[in-house]
This record gives sequence, structure tokens and C-alpha cells, in this order.
Amino acid sequence: MRKVAIIGTGMNKWGELWGTSLRQLYTEAALAALDDAGVPQVDSMYIGCMSSGLFAGQEHLGSLMSDYLGQAGVSATRVESACCSGGLALRQGFIEVASGMSDLVLVGGVEKMTDVDGGQATYALATAADQEYESFHGVTFPGLYAMIANAHMAKYGTRREQLAMVAVKNHKNGARNPRAQYPFEVTVEGVLNSVQVADPLRILDCSPITDGAAAVVLCPLERVSEFTDKPAVEIVGSGHATDTIALHSRQDFTWLNATYEAAQRAYTMADCGPQDIDLAEVHDCFTIAEICVTEALGLVEKGKGGAAVEAGETALNGRIPVNPSGGLKSKGHPVGATGIAQIVELTEQLRGEADDRQVQNAKRGLAQNMGGTGGSTTVHILEVK
Amino acid sequence: MSTSAKQKREMPQRYRLEAAACAKCGYIAFPPRSVCPECKAREFEPVTLPERGTVLTHTVIRVAPSQFTDEAPYVIAIVQLGEKARVLCQVVDCDPETVAIGDEVQIEFRRIQAEGEAGILHYGYKAVPV
Repeated sequence: MRKVAIIGTGMNKWGELWGTSLRQLYTEAALAALDDAGVPQVDSMYIGCMSSGLFAGQEHLGSLMSDYLGQAGVSATRVESACCSGGLALRQGFIEVASGMSDLVLVGGVEKMTDVDGGQATYALATAADQEYESFHGVTFPGLYAMIANAHMAKYGTRREQLAMVAVKNHKNGARNPRAQYPFEVTVEGVLNSVQVADPLRILDCSPITDGAAAVVLCPLERVSEFTDKPAVEIVGSGHATDTIALHSRQDFTWLNATYEAAQRAYTMADCGPQDIDLAEVHDCFTIAEICVTEALGLVEKGKGGAAVEAGETALNGRIPVNPSGGLKSKGHPVGATGIAQIVELTEQLRGEADDRQVQNAKRGLAQNMGGTGGSTTVHILEVK
Repeated sequence: MSTSAKQKREMPQRYRLEAAACAKCGYIAFPPRSVCPECKAREFEPVTLPERGTVLTHTVIRVAPSQFTDEAPYVIAIVQLGEKARVLCQVVDCDPETVAIGDEVQIEFRRIQAEGEAGILHYGYKAVPV
């Protein structure tokens, strides 16, 4: 396998972007990535997108996006794995460059979520659960994660306030991110008094509905200097794993096994362990998710995710900063774009370009992106050379 | 909107809790599967799930999907039925705030949802506290 590097990143300011269409969202981010890389033409494209069919009535994104990017003719593949679509698109691009099949690969993620009303958006998102044995009964995604939260609180004594502290931490980071959808701080009291969604989760425990896109350009590590003077950021580990789609099929509702397995595969490839990670971007679609994810990645002890947040271990200046970008919680969660935005953040952090939210001495970062209640997960480890 | 063929196909599980027990290791598949996720065997015996169970975890849905809006707030739980089977369903006929992990429940046959104004009525299983 060849070594693979990231040579360009692009991302819009995320939010409810009423004036911007699906194709415009993607094209803006993709052009920014191509310009950052100094690459006018790519060999191949991957586009992570969960559900442009239900959100925008549009499928066939490989053709649409290559066409509107002025790259019609190249190989272009749309990748879907619910909220893990972006992370999985990156993995496909990584494999294509690593294998020697292509040199320059553009990997993007996009979701246009506000062209439908809230009910339709909820329906589209719920297709990531087991339609026949979960969604049929009236459970929502906040409801599924709420059941994980109740199980975690019962098993490990995690407190409601500790869930709120995840939101407080991530909004504090997001307030320093000019591209975040909700760049403002929240308080524990504010979270605890926000609107109830699915007990014990409230609206400020949940990531929002977002329009957004993000993109990166990959090339063989040995060719980096042909395109950019910026420090080379190498993808040193890539892991992907699946788990049961239905939450009730799992023995332990608090344990994200696909995250654990994907992380083990990525650590093995990168020849490192959780103790060697300087910062992590993880899938905090709900506050409880970040707690379970940090445990499954081995960044904190099993059952201690809540205590770690409370102790400030995962804060921007903590032992292992988690979600310096603000996470899905503050930055926003255009589902197919999220996994790529994590890579954009890590690349900027590792290049030392993250301004007010820069993690000091960041040499090795980890990105974890998951679909549904953890039925699919990718973990990537990036290192600055 | 789903078709009547889909309704008919789902009836054995929704109406009668028909499951399959792995002939080799005893794993209970609900709905029935072709391959046992535990031991990979492909031989199964038909079984029916027990109707008494215990709440393993739960939530109160306050913001509901459009077809359930009129019912909110309502309880969703994961219920252990017998030693080996688990289902996700609503817990009804109770104050939503009072449902707790460890509660004993009984499965009953109820209406689950209606599709639109003139759509098909969906029936299936819900749990009620014992």
C-alpha cells in the first residue's frame, strides 16, 4: 500500500442556508478544497451523502456533482452509510490512492436538510434505524440515544448534569469556530432547562438540522511537495466496522462495539494506541454519544466518560481534547458532510491553522464518525509529517 | 404509504410474535433470520415469544414523528421477553413518568399507527405494566 496524504481542505459556513442548493453547497466546498490543494483536475471523486433522495428528491450524485464541478468524465461514486457516509467516503478515497489506482482523489460530503419540513427530515433520519422493528413503533433518534443514556446512567451512575457538560464544552469550542452553525456558549442550567425531546435528553443535548458540505483532496504522500508548501498530513490509520442495526439486538446498550472495532483496526494500522492521540473529533450527535464514543475509543476508561467531561479531561486544554471544532453539537450536523468536516478540522489543527481553538502540540489526531445508533463506524488517524 | 402486501408479510411478527430458535445454540431470532448471528448455523425451529417481560431501558418521546404526534408524550422501551428475546415497543396504559428499568410488563395486541387520513391501520404489540 502507498502512503496517502491530505493536501487540501474546503468547507462552507454551516447553518440553515435557505439560499443555497444541494449542488451549490457541494460545489463551494469542493472548489475550496481543490484551490487549497492547487489541483485543477482530479482522477476520481467520492461523495458522502446519506439521503439526498428524501431530503432533496435527488439521487445520482456522482454524475451531478462531477458535472457541476467541471469534472464530468471522471469516476465519481456516491457513498451511503447513514451519518457515517462522509467517513466511509474518505475510506474509499484512501483505499483508491493507497492501492495505486488513482493519484488525485477528491472526497466530499454534503447534506441539504432544510428543503423539507421537520417531520420529513425526522422521517429521513429515522431510515437509518431498523424501519420495521424500531421506527415502526414511534421511536426517534433522540429516543434511541435517550435509551442509551438511561442505560448508561443506571449502569455507571452517569449524571444528567454530566451529559449537559458535553454540550457546554462543545459549544465553548464551537464559539471559536467561524464555520459553526451555533457559535455561542451554553450553560449546564441552560441545557437542563431546554425543551424536552426524549427523556432524559433535551434539545440542547441534540445536534441540529444543518445544510453543509466539506471536502478534502488526497494524493500519494510522495507527491505532496508538487502541490503544496503546507505541512503534509498523512492518513496513517483507517478502520471501519459494523454492528447490529437495531439497538435492542445488542447485549450492552452502553457499548458501541463498531466504534471499538474500527478504532482497534485504525490503531493497528497506525501502530499506535489511544494514549498516543493528541486530539479527537468524534460523533456527538447527542451528548450521551460523545460519552460512549470516548469510552469505546479507549480515550477514557469504560463507564467514566461522564466523569472525564466533568473533570475537564476532554476540554480544549485538557488531557485529550475532544471536538475542538465544536462537534456536531455546535458546528452542526449535515449528516453526509460530518465525517469529512472532522477531517477538515483535524487537518487544520495538525497544520497549526486552527486559530483560537488550536490544540497545542497537535501531532496526531483521530476522527470517529458513526451511522445510526452505531451500526456503522469509521475511525481515521491523521499525523502531521 | 406501504402496500397491503407489506402488511400481510409482517403479520406473523406483528400479530403473533412468531420467531425462530437456532437449532444449534438456541439463539432466538425475532424476526426470523437465515443465519444465526451467534453460531452461524442455518437451521431454525419456529417458536413464539413469551408475552411477559422486563423493561431494560426506556424513554419518554416528547417530540414524535408526524404519525405519532397526537399520542405524545409516550413511552418507548426495550423489553426482555423470556431469557433470550428482546423487542422495542411502546409501554402504554400508565403515567409515562412512572416507567422504570426493571418494571414487569405484559405484551398486548394494539393499534400502533394509521397511515394518513385514509391509509392502512397498523396493528402490533405494545407492553402494559403488570
